[in-house]
Amino acid sequence: MKPRTKRAAWIAAGVAALGVAVALVMNAFQSNLVFFFTPSDVAEHKAPRDRTFRIGGLVEEGSVKRNSDALTVAFRVTDSVQTIPVTFTGILPDLFKEGKGVVAQGKLGSDGVFRASEVLAKHDENYMPPEAAEALERAGGRHLDKSSFAGQMETKGNRSAKP
Amino acid sequence: MIPELGHFALVIALALALAQTVLPLIGAATHRRTLMATARPIATGQFLFVALAFAALATSFVTSDFSVVNVATNSNTRLPTAYKFAATWGSHEGSMLLWTLMLASWTLAVAAFSRHLPDRLSARVIGVMGFVSAGFLLFMLLTSNPFARHVPALDEGRDLNPLLQDPGMVIHPPMLYMGYVGFSVAFSFAIAALLEGRLDAAWARWSRPWTTAAWSFLTIGIALGSWWAYYELGWGGWWFWDPVENASFMPWLAGTALIHSLAVTEKRGTFRSWTVLLAIAAFSLSLVGTFLVRSGVLTSVHAFATDPARGIFILIFLVIVIGGSLALFAWRAPRVGLGGGFAPVSRESLLLANNILLAVALAAVMLGTLYPLFLDALGAGKISVGPPYFEAVFAPLMAPAVFLMAIGPVASWKRAELPALWTRLKWAFGVAVAAAVILPFVFGRWSPWVALGLLLSIWVIGASVAQVRARIAGAAQPTLGAKIAAQPAHWWGMVVAHLGIAIFILGVTMVKGYETERDIRMVPGDKTTVGGFEFTFKGTKDVQGPNYIAVQGQFEVRREGSPDVVRIMQPEKRAYSAEGQTMTEAAIATRLLGDLYVSLGEPVSDGAWGVRVYHKPFVDWIWGGCFLMALGGFVALGDRRYRSRLAARNAAASGLAAKAA
Repeated sequence: MKPRTKRAAWIAAGVAALGVAVALVMNAFQSNLVFFFTPSDVAEHKAPRDRTFRIGGLVEEGSVKRNSDALTVAFRVTDSVQTIPVTFTGILPDLFKEGKGVVAQGKLGSDGVFRASEVLAKHDENYMPPEAAEALERAGGRHLDKSSFAGQMETKGNRSAKP
Repeated sequence: MIPELGHFALVIALALALAQTVLPLIGAATHRRTLMATARPIATGQFLFVALAFAALATSFVTSDFSVVNVATNSNTRLPTAYKFAATWGSHEGSMLLWTLMLASWTLAVAAFSRHLPDRLSARVIGVMGFVSAGFLLFMLLTSNPFARHVPALDEGRDLNPLLQDPGMVIHPPMLYMGYVGFSVAFSFAIAALLEGRLDAAWARWSRPWTTAAWSFLTIGIALGSWWAYYELGWGGWWFWDPVENASFMPWLAGTALIHSLAVTEKRGTFRSWTVLLAIAAFSLSLVGTFLVRSGVLTSVHAFATDPARGIFILIFLVIVIGGSLALFAWRAPRVGLGGGFAPVSRESLLLANNILLAVALAAVMLGTLYPLFLDALGAGKISVGPPYFEAVFAPLMAPAVFLMAIGPVASWKRAELPALWTRLKWAFGVAVAAAVILPFVFGRWSPWVALGLLLSIWVIGASVAQVRARIAGAAQPTLGAKIAAQPAHWWGMVVAHLGIAIFILGVTMVKGYETERDIRMVPGDKTTVGGFEFTFKGTKDVQGPNYIAVQGQFEVRREGSPDVVRIMQPEKRAYSAEGQTMTEAAIATRLLGDLYVSLGEPVSDGAWGVRVYHKPFVDWIWGGCFLMALGGFVALGDRRYRSRLAARNAAASGLAAKAA
């Protein structure tokens, strides 16, 4: 091969490899996006049935029920208009409390119960997870606003993953 | 009085930073030596005033001056003194001041160690750094004054976030910022080269040690952050692909590409434009990262809207720095030249592949981090991108990069022969394949990911050993010690850093492949077995800390089947008095071959607790690997040719000769 054709072949190979990489990235991206829905959205059947998504709002007062011999917790998440029952098995984050903001990630069962695989709560007592705040705002215009007080570490302190 | 002094010092520092930008750059453009000579004294003065401002803020924190808003919101009289001091950079305003102090320190270091450089180059480098510093000082003075007063003073402060009350917090941000800000030196060198329209091997040699130093600090900073998250957040994770982490990881990826690309530019004069672009990218990403984390945009895009002054200033500054340098690049890069050619199999081509893979990985991380923010900002809905995306993308991109990493240092520049490479590396390859096939069975379970991780890790270790053996055997010195000492420090640094990668991969592979995590409900007397150890819950007791009260769980740990207690583990659930926050403090038994990790969840019913009991095999190797990488960087800094003025002069001469040829 002439040097020029050779170089062209190398460049073509490089572009092809890059194309494959981009395709892989985009594919992984598409299949791992997690969308957010408010309890009202879920009540209006806007949320998907077979896909993981997030819901957010307040933990309804008096709704937390623990199973006495396992780590299963049932509670209700509300945006002050609609309420969604949630179950979670595992250890909840430190700031999970009745009347406080919460975000849960999981799937909606056919019985209408949201089965959370992960529960997130914010690590500043006054602070509302942004998604939860948005849910309340969308539902009833209750305006919550608080810019973050310490950025760096907080945002990742807020989850309780199920291993 | 002290806060006002600090505020005043910041104003003077801003004036000096502006002078530091304007005078040396005009001097360099018009060849006026007197103007260029002002760079060093002004940079020194700027450092003194920024340091004075920082000392003033630190004093306000240590003496609990609650008439300063920043102190009142982030400190408390009952806070231990070390944390009072660390709280100085616990807030947005304080961290900006720390950033500026770091920048002034790096500038001072450049001023002190650049006397052997051509006057115009050092004047321009210091001038560009002055510009960046002026931007940050102006930002602080206009929108984030750390010395703002609250009159009358509050009686008591709100306390530092309990998560930040930790030794890791004292050193993590300074290390991270040393890295972030350190890239400003590489950036300034790149801008100076573009202004000069000349970029040669000597330039690469001068900017290499600065880049390596910044990269090493950043590596330590990220590793400390990961370690802190592991022991402080109470659920045993060490990397979350959280936007806050990605913000520091993106400049690291760009910096890693940069130190490799610089090596090619220095040794072969190739990749010049690409190197300059990477230097711009590494620092730009540091800026983006700082602002992402510190502006509150991550917790809520709408925080921007509530404080438009801050957001708009940040955007304008980013546009000026990034846009300006990219425009300069587009205008000047053709002058910089491309350099010599190389064969498809050569060290250059391997390093090129490394750079492409790192760049694609960087783009993938950036997509996952910024796309949700854009959607949110446009009001197009809230989404999140979880760890599965990053893992799915990262492993396939980094596996080939690590595989090639073992070959790169053995391959010759310009043209390498595949048969010769095979001869040198066949043993390493054989051992790696054998280990990948057999070792997983020894550990208990074979899986393709574990096999791949072991293959890569042992392949890198084997290739490094082969390379060291060949170098030592080929040395002419009489004794082994002399042979070792005869090898250049930058080469040893590379070997150590690559071994660090291997150790890191080993740690990740073992944790991902063999960890046991158990969340269970326990009443006093309950036992559970994890990772070959039996844990007995003996109940809880109350303990009193300086600014918190805690419930402390008591766990006895025995080897499975043995009656002897090998360890008592005492995880805590703390309630901090000032803000009433609850915090989980995990108990961790650190062992070479794997950690035992116990943390208290919540009381479930009378006497029963939700408990996390984990076994994390080889988890400490992850951070060990990171520290080896950073150590490699520091070893490389010791290379004689970076220090000796003679060498620098020779390099300059040979660079000129290469240019003439």
